[in-house]
Amino acid sequence: MKEQVIIADKLSKRFGQFMATNQISFSVSAGEIFGFLGANGAGKTTAMRMLCGLSIPSEGSASVAGFDVYTQTEEIKKNIGYMSQRFSLYEDLTVLENIRFFGGIYGLSDLQIKEKSDALIQQLGLEKEAKKLVSALPLGWRQKLSFSVAILHDPKIVFLDEPTGGVDPLTRRQFWDMIYAAANRGVTIFVTTHYMDEAEYCDRISIMVDGKIDAMGTPAELKKQFDAQNMDEVFYQLARGAKRKE
Amino acid sequence: MRTIRLLLEKEFRQIFRNKSILALILVMPTMQLIILPLAANYEVKNINLAVVDNDHSNSSAQMVNKIVASGYFKLCASPANFEQGMELIELDKADLILEIPAVFERNITREGSEKVFLAVNAINGVKAGLGGTYLSTIIKNYNQDILLKWAQASKIPAAPQINITASNWFNPSLNYNFFMVPGILAILVTMVGGFLTALNIVKEKELGTIEQINVTPIKKVHFILGKLIPFWILGNIVFTIGLLVSYFIYGIVPVGNLALMYAFVIAYLPAVLGFGLLVSTFCETQQQAMFIMFFFMMIFMLMGGLFTPIESMPKWAQIVAQFNPVTYLIKVMRMIVLKGSGFRDVLPHFFTIILFGVVLNILAILNYRKTS
Repeated sequence: MKEQVIIADKLSKRFGQFMATNQISFSVSAGEIFGFLGANGAGKTTAMRMLCGLSIPSEGSASVAGFDVYTQTEEIKKNIGYMSQRFSLYEDLTVLENIRFFGGIYGLSDLQIKEKSDALIQQLGLEKEAKKLVSALPLGWRQKLSFSVAILHDPKIVFLDEPTGGVDPLTRRQFWDMIYAAANRGVTIFVTTHYMDEAEYCDRISIMVDGKIDAMGTPAELKKQFDAQNMDEVFYQLARGAKRKE
Repeated sequence: MRTIRLLLEKEFRQIFRNKSILALILVMPTMQLIILPLAANYEVKNINLAVVDNDHSNSSAQMVNKIVASGYFKLCASPANFEQGMELIELDKADLILEIPAVFERNITREGSEKVFLAVNAINGVKAGLGGTYLSTIIKNYNQDILLKWAQASKIPAAPQINITASNWFNPSLNYNFFMVPGILAILVTMVGGFLTALNIVKEKELGTIEQINVTPIKKVHFILGKLIPFWILGNIVFTIGLLVSYFIYGIVPVGNLALMYAFVIAYLPAVLGFGLLVSTFCETQQQAMFIMFFFMMIFMLMGGLFTPIESMPKWAQIVAQFNPVTYLIKVMRMIVLKGSGFRDVLPHFFTIILFGVVLNILAILNYRKTS
């Protein structure tokens, strides 16, 4: 059996009376692309923030890259990449300046940054835009850049929170090519999405409803289990039962 | 060290790219230092005076001349009687009415003294109070002149009197600019430093970039220092601009040591910057931060001894003023600029202000959470 890089056991987060995430348990093995699905407000982002060390859980236990989410948040942060729902590179810095800043924060040397940014700019085809402010880039390019910056320091795991929201189909396809390339290099991918075609690209998925994980398995297993033609149907069957409104 | 360098690089790039902030940093202090001291002046001038001269004599004309020549009063009207004068006050055209009785010259000549009647429009209390005082002083002087004159003419020794001669130390010409400009400069340094730091971090919260920072292994102390140092440097630049303005516009040359002034500002800035940082850790939006900063800035300004002496505040307000960092900067600025105080004189204030800086920054670091 492969090494388990994310292990969550009855992980919960409570905000006052509200259980945002209710006793979720799962594990993700190294190099896997793990899709984390659920309707808006199902508790995906909360769960992800706990795994990234941004939020301390209320109950349960979890470890990421072998580190505890309660006590070793800073250790976790060294080993993961994170791309949030909101675009979070600095728009008033250029493409190169952003790469340099975030690379440097993760402790890359000037030489490493130089090599990596050259390769990255070339790979993304941003030669002309390298010295432009990020605010001047179209959304799709920004998201690709954001992802590249998130894996710049070769993290073991990368967390992607709706990375392709609002992005055109072609760019989404390219984005997933980048995700596959990263996974082939052994990076574990933990991704949330609302696009069911993207769910099919994942090795394994879980579907959250009202703060709980209601289904988990490979896309093929889930389709079989719910007797559905595609992931869309699986999702509808589960999400219809949701009591929580947005 | 490398992390801090990267943070500084980033921060300065962002500041220099934001042209409106840059303009604010450079132009605001210059403009305010040019405009504010003109307005924040305790001297009352241009008091509108209505004179009801029932005497129409040489003496009364002389006295009125003397009053107008003082430069504080403007003779706005010469109503025929007191009732007409009152109307002028009601219309807000006159601030003071001086009624000279019909027997003014005769009584002065014969008896050496005479009463005049002064009515004051006290809607503007400061103007009325000071105007009344000025006027009675001028009249008293005039009266003494006359007494003296008669006395000499008739060779009778002048009435014994005590003359008080005041000499104003440290600001001999009682120039208000010398007093106000260092104080206003203190406020400007505080405002620029405090506001910019508070808004800067909250802006990162609003944009969501702070989340990306929080998910990196960056140390809290590094992050805070990365925010503090740029505004520390900017604060000193604002201070330098202010000193240049006060030299070139007001001709103020600090009596004391310039290096000591810088040393104090350098020690002082972390206190306000730390305060700004602390506020930013409590706020989610720039609006919140702005209002909270504004609230405190008003208190800092009004209770820091800029306009009114702290010693004359009620006891509780004096205690509040002790916890106001601006109090110390204003005090030290005035001490050095006007009095030429040396290091020993301001040393206790150094300790206090450094303590402020340490406490506020520790609170800011403790309250800034990478993990919630």
